Amino acid sequence: MTVTLTGLTQRYGGVASLRGIDLAVREGEFLALVGPSGAGKTTLLRVIAGLETRYSGLLQIGGRDMAGVPARRRNIGFMFQNYALFRHMTVAENVAFGLRVRRLMPDANIRARVNDLLELVQIPELGQRRPAQLSGGQQQRVALARALATSPQLLLLDEPFGALDPLVRKDIRTWLRALHTRLGLTSIFITHDQTEAVELADRVAVMREGRIVQLGTPENLENAPADPFVFAFLAPSIQLEGVVRAGVMHAENLPVEPFRVTVPDGPAMALLRLHQLALVPGAGEARVVSARPVGPTFHVTVDARGRLLDLVLLADVPAIGTQCKLVATAAKLF
Amino acid sequence: MSRALPLAAAVVIVSVLFLLPLGTVFAEALRHGLAFARDALAEPDALAAIRLTLLVASIAVPLNTAGGLAAAWCLTKFDFAGKRAVLVLIELPLTISPVISGLVWVLLFGANGWLGHALAAHDVQIIFAVPGIVLATVFVTFPFVARTVMPLMQAQGRAQEEAAAMLGAGFLATFWRVTLPDIAWALLAGVLLCTARAMGEFGAVSVVSGHIPGVTETMPLHIETLYNDYQSAAAFAMAACLGLFALVTLAVKAALEWRLGINLDGAR
Repeated sequence: MTVTLTGLTQRYGGVASLRGIDLAVREGEFLALVGPSGAGKTTLLRVIAGLETRYSGLLQIGGRDMAGVPARRRNIGFMFQNYALFRHMTVAENVAFGLRVRRLMPDANIRARVNDLLELVQIPELGQRRPAQLSGGQQQRVALARALATSPQLLLLDEPFGALDPLVRKDIRTWLRALHTRLGLTSIFITHDQTEAVELADRVAVMREGRIVQLGTPENLENAPADPFVFAFLAPSIQLEGVVRAGVMHAENLPVEPFRVTVPDGPAMALLRLHQLALVPGAGEARVVSARPVGPTFHVTVDARGRLLDLVLLADVPAIGTQCKLVATAAKLF
Repeated sequence: MSRALPLAAAVVIVSVLFLLPLGTVFAEALRHGLAFARDALAEPDALAAIRLTLLVASIAVPLNTAGGLAAAWCLTKFDFAGKRAVLVLIELPLTISPVISGLVWVLLFGANGWLGHALAAHDVQIIFAVPGIVLATVFVTFPFVARTVMPLMQAQGRAQEEAAAMLGAGFLATFWRVTLPDIAWALLAGVLLCTARAMGEFGAVSVVSGHIPGVTETMPLHIETLYNDYQSAAAFAMAACLGLFALVTLAVKAALEWRLGINLDGAR
């Protein structure tokens, strides 16, 4: 199910929360919406769902203009941030709700379908429980089963992993991604966790102040970020400000050794990932303060001219107290 | 020690302000024996008053239940211009004197009121008749259902209704299957409060009723008439009867709240 937004704008009491969004979600795609809070991610998702109806611009789902089509007729699976399960119903009744109100099938078939769905989300034994008796992860599975009950082709997920503890999170997201593929869904999900977006999504849309700053595959975004914001937002980074003279970047805010760049002379900004700054022992202005192993890498903190800087090294960690030079091994120039 | 003093004060206040008057009512009612009280309540005018009170309550309560629910739904699930003004207006019957609540209807529908001539021309009587009593009661008791369910509906937000919409439910299905079951207990409590007040309302009803014994006297009005005629035993018998209605209502509400508390604990 394709989703196409053209010049979509939404105002909320005079303030534009979406400013001219152009976005084409492909059939079968798993698309992540990321961005700081207030960027308009949830509003965008709600517009697609039909929960926000005051907008200008064009919204098409499956090639069809959605203006005037109420949310209840769109058959879109929507998973709310806090799941919004019906408190007074059992899990089975929650899952059956969409089938009942749409009168899609006789009761006996509904029961069978609900059982299938609970199997699908791996909680077949919880049908008679109430939402309040479930853990966060179980509630999430119920919400997903409920959203999938009427066989939607489009699934919208608002912070689907937000309320889960980190251990469960990793499992569930891998599983959800597999389910998406298996059911042939088109999915759009919001996340605050950029790592999650990069690891999970086919493409990532980075939003800021009601606009999509950049849309691309995780590789695209990492290798060719549209602006410093995108690069800095997607993963921790170090920012160098300075001047390029004769093709060499001289950083002024940090004691990093000058390095060759391919941009014209003048003021410049360089952004580096934490592993792109190497430590070379010798007469430098950085001193190693701490170093601790984290998985296969080392997180090293250095004191660079009074400023503490976190780096990631793969090996060759100098001893604590060692004076070092900071050498850039790669950088994005803006 | 530090707790004993406020506790003693509370016991004294509750005894003097609530238990003593209530006890007096029942003691006075039964002073001439149960048979006398029963006979007093079996007087035609007394029976008419009881019947009228029940009739008025049975019209006002369903009306205010539907109206209060509709108001609470609009005010908690939607945003619209003038919402704050409506919120204030809903509380109006609680804050203005019941006499005024009655007087507005007299000014509107009375013989010399704005619509008085038009009504008289069509032979419709509202003031000094049952319709006026119903109107005044509806007005005074309107806030009870709305105010009881609104905090709960507010706290629950719109997420469940939106989830229902995404699942294909229309307005009615959402209301019956999602919203109503969620507020059922609070709604019942509100209905009971509304009922107690509808049966007991004196001021507003007094203004519009005209005090015609056997015709436009509700129980509270009849109690006053009896008392003014020095039939204090009969007055207290009627008062005890009304008080009993109120006590039963309160008891049912308390039982519900107790039940609700259990439910909430079980859900946690």
